[in-house]
Amino acid sequence: MSEKIQINQASVDAAVADALKLIEAATDLASLKSIKASAIGEGSKIASFSSVLGKLPAEEKAEAGKLITAARNKLNEAFSSKEADFYKDEQAQKLIAETVDVTAAASTQVLGARHPLSLLQDEISDIFIGMGWEIAEGPEVESEWFNFDALNFDADHPARAMQDTFFVEPVEQHLVLRTHTSPVQVRSLLERDLPVYVLCPGRVFRTDELDATHTPVFHQVEGLAVDNGLTMADLKGTLEHFARIMFGPDAKIRLRPSYFPFTEPSAELDVWHPGAKGGARWVEWGGCGMVNANVLRAAGIDPELYSGFAFGMGIERTLMFRNDVKDMHDMVEADVRFSKQFGMVL
Amino acid sequence: MRIPLSWLAEYVELPDGATAETVMAELVKVGLEEEGSHSFSLLGPIVVGQVLEFVEEEQSNGKTIRWCQVRVAPVGSKAADGGEDVRGIVCGARNFEINDKVVVTLPGAVLPGDFKIAARSTYGHVSDGMIASARELGISDDHEGILRLSTIGLDPEAGTDALALLHLVDEAAEVNVTPDRGYCFSIRGIAREFSHATGAKFTDPVDKVTPVRGAGFEVQVSDKSPIRGKAGSTKFVVRSASGLDANAQTPAWMVSRLKLSGMRSISIVVDITNYVMLEYGQPIHAYDQAKVSGGLTVRRANAGEKLVTLDGQTRSLHVEDLVIADKSGAIGIAGVMGGQSTEVSATTTAVLIESANFDGVSIARSARRHKLPSEASKRFERGVDPQVAEYAAARVVQLLEELAGAKADALGSFFDASPAVTAVALPATFAESITGVSYTAAEITGTLTAIGCVVSTVQDGYQVIPPSWRPDLSTKADLVEEVARISGYDRIPSRLPVAPPGRGLTKRQKLRRAIINQLASTGHTEVLNYPFLTPAQNSYFAEDNSERVVLANAMQEDVNELRLSILPGLLEAAKRNLSRNLTDLAIYEVGLVFVPSNKVAVSLPSGTKVPSNSELEALHASVPQQPLTLGAVFVGDRLSAQVGSKSVKASYLDAIQCARTAAHAAGVEVYFEQSEVIGFHPGRTAVVKAKHSGTVLGYAGELHPEIAAENDLPRQVAVLEINLDLLIACAPDLIQAAPVHTFPAATQDLSLVLKQSIPAGEVLELLRLSAGELLEEISLVDDYRGNNLADDEKSLTFALRFRASDRTLTQAEASVSRDAAVAAANAKFGATIRT
Repeated sequence: MSEKIQINQASVDAAVADALKLIEAATDLASLKSIKASAIGEGSKIASFSSVLGKLPAEEKAEAGKLITAARNKLNEAFSSKEADFYKDEQAQKLIAETVDVTAAASTQVLGARHPLSLLQDEISDIFIGMGWEIAEGPEVESEWFNFDALNFDADHPARAMQDTFFVEPVEQHLVLRTHTSPVQVRSLLERDLPVYVLCPGRVFRTDELDATHTPVFHQVEGLAVDNGLTMADLKGTLEHFARIMFGPDAKIRLRPSYFPFTEPSAELDVWHPGAKGGARWVEWGGCGMVNANVLRAAGIDPELYSGFAFGMGIERTLMFRNDVKDMHDMVEADVRFSKQFGMVL
Repeated sequence: MRIPLSWLAEYVELPDGATAETVMAELVKVGLEEEGSHSFSLLGPIVVGQVLEFVEEEQSNGKTIRWCQVRVAPVGSKAADGGEDVRGIVCGARNFEINDKVVVTLPGAVLPGDFKIAARSTYGHVSDGMIASARELGISDDHEGILRLSTIGLDPEAGTDALALLHLVDEAAEVNVTPDRGYCFSIRGIAREFSHATGAKFTDPVDKVTPVRGAGFEVQVSDKSPIRGKAGSTKFVVRSASGLDANAQTPAWMVSRLKLSGMRSISIVVDITNYVMLEYGQPIHAYDQAKVSGGLTVRRANAGEKLVTLDGQTRSLHVEDLVIADKSGAIGIAGVMGGQSTEVSATTTAVLIESANFDGVSIARSARRHKLPSEASKRFERGVDPQVAEYAAARVVQLLEELAGAKADALGSFFDASPAVTAVALPATFAESITGVSYTAAEITGTLTAIGCVVSTVQDGYQVIPPSWRPDLSTKADLVEEVARISGYDRIPSRLPVAPPGRGLTKRQKLRRAIINQLASTGHTEVLNYPFLTPAQNSYFAEDNSERVVLANAMQEDVNELRLSILPGLLEAAKRNLSRNLTDLAIYEVGLVFVPSNKVAVSLPSGTKVPSNSELEALHASVPQQPLTLGAVFVGDRLSAQVGSKSVKASYLDAIQCARTAAHAAGVEVYFEQSEVIGFHPGRTAVVKAKHSGTVLGYAGELHPEIAAENDLPRQVAVLEINLDLLIACAPDLIQAAPVHTFPAATQDLSLVLKQSIPAGEVLELLRLSAGELLEEISLVDDYRGNNLADDEKSLTFALRFRASDRTLTQAEASVSRDAAVAAANAKFGATIRT
């Protein structure tokens, strides 16, 4: 037996109140979902009102329809609001559950490192690339002609008597482990068109026992410029620019008279190192000079028409005073801890 | 070169308070680099003592000591330390008598080695100071007890300051002399340079003597085979002195100067010759006149000729050796070392003084041949002033007269074939064109005159005759260096030259750098190793009988080969790291390896002009190929155990991935084939090839476990070696972009059953080629073996992604492409779809 359904303000309000009670009683999304049908869905009182609406006389229909719509809106709003609250809570719970200890994060890839001697060569190369120079390279096992003869080393020069130089068998083949990167300068002069502005970084060899400051295998960077009208002033300007980029704007250089077979005049080069550990000071950095006319002649260049300057410095030595490396062993022993403290930068 | 300051001060004015440090600071300005200072490291009170009495006391240890009473100040005066004038001193030595004058170090004195003297209890007495030996004072290496002043001809009053008496307050500066400045191996040269540096007045030491030409002693100079066209001797001066006392004591001032110069006092004659060499730069040899038979001949050694040198060694002479001979044969190697038969001894009463000039190259070769580098050969190699020979001989005679009671006699000889010094033309503007400094004419002539040149002004410049002691000044550039040096390098201005626009790094340089950076960025650590290997190390990765580049003078005899492979050095590095408990390694090196060229003799062209094309070709051909090579070694864990993840052991996978990474950095696609190569694990090695060309670039895999064991490494070590020159040659110059299609893709998985022996890589390549142009991507996602498969079968699963450029692809279309690939795999490998 079905009760006669009355649609009026009181009955609608009562139905709304009942439904709101159900909604309020829900404790989470699941329980809210479980009362959805009975509160606002097919099984709800409001739904039963809707089902009889069509049977009402026309004059009552409009009024009843308004009441039902208002009630539905109110209930839907209450339900949605409740649902949104529960959803938010649930998401918050989920995020809490997903929390990890980021401080225990595992590495998914180990970190590598470059060797600082190789990095420093790149860094110096970039300085000169920025000045329009080019980088030249050559072999480490080299003909004596490029290593000595072409560089104005006399056939009886002490360096050629197995004192400092590694010779290759058979000695009649006249091969040595290059004692400096200067043979690359000779090759550059022979191969390139003038003017030449090249930087030659690379590995060189001398028969020194390994100790805190010596190693039989080390690295040099040499520069060579041959052009019309170059003077020692150009040499000085180039070295000063180089020093400022390497050691900061307060760096300066100083030349002292010296001797090398391949330059005349020759000079020792000191750099004022503002960032030196223990305070700014002069540091011996390398050698330099104006290219000896004999070297130009050996490369087929007329010294009456062209002049040039050259300079060179040790990469190990530079790294030692620039980055406070105290022992040569660290640079040659391939201990990964040494490279790793530099990583990708100097 | 060491320079005792008292000696220097004889010939150039030193400022008040000059020290070794201040002298070196001046000398460095003219190109003499400082090396350090030397002194006797003695601090007073050190005084003359007179032994008044002593008692010998035998000790329980068997030693006998003397308990001495020593006067250390005049009667009634306080001693230098403020104490009594007579002291009780215990002395272990017994080589002295009552009344002997000795050197006493009083409490408060300090001896070399920071040995502080204090009154101390010893052998039952309080010894109030010490009686010193010559060795304790640092004067000589003499072990013969304490120094008795009477033996060196001294008899001062007790209490006299012994430091001043023995000339022990002096100090020496040491500078490095560059090879072009042989004349600076003398007090004369250094004094001159000090004068250049400071403007102080210089007195030439040769002014001390007036040379006298001796005569009547026969000297033949006969060089039948000059070396490189230069006569062995161009000057040969002989003087004679007789009636000398070869046992005369060398005076304290000379002993002190020699000692500070780094030379020991030996005997009066030897000391004087050394002294004059240090002072004038002229090596001197003294012969016992009585032992020389006949005159002297300067000649090349005869084949098979032998000589016993001063050090007692029998030397087999070389026909290139320049010798001094008498009737008996060779009696000395010129400029290197004298012979024993004519050596000056304690019984010598007359000497022949040889002061000669020898060719530097000849002397250098002999010194090296006989491994006899000496103070004399060092000077001849760098050039000795030919005009100083007669002055040096006169100075030796003068000192023999003063100190050894000798008398100069008229006997001697004088040979002089010194080549005339040639004038050098210096164009007026040349100095400026080299230095950038516009020197005035007065500055140019002034500096050159100051260093001893004779300068005359000619049209457009100067005519310069260098002084006899500067054989290095032979070109106009040499003269410019002098002008610049003397007027100061600090005058040179600074100007940054503008190079023509550059091309940046070459492709090879860029890619090399990209590869090195990429590897460091992907967990590899760069190391640098020496390229020296033992033959056995080189044989890890090459046949035993393969050619190698071998060093003629390796530092360690057995480490005499250059690397054929970059890997042995990395294995050694790994071993070293392991020994330091660094067990997980991924290290790499980029460097050259050395492939021997034909081992043939090459004659070097002259260095004074550009070689001909054929000469240059021969030079280039003689140089071994040195390909740029990448090597990598993986040991231990690639990823260590961490929170939430287990450790991952390094394996061939890492080597192969490393190869991919390096190739990727160079823009080269590579593929891998199963392979075997010497030194690698036969079942775990891939050959790395460049796509398209198929060029073999290198190998990646695992090290042969036997080699791992030999190097104390764990059994599983992954290794990779790639020829970067070949890799870079395969790199594209330009990448042509393909359009990026945006229609939806169709993806499919495909499982194929095949024999296990069929390499997955080959199957994948075949599928890729056979699936048609719709296939965008294919990858191997699984290799299954086991249930439902025959024992020799495996199932490979591939993920395929198809895409069309102009439409949305249907699965049906994708399937058609896939089936074409399957058909190809079936035809070639007998593969069937797994159901």
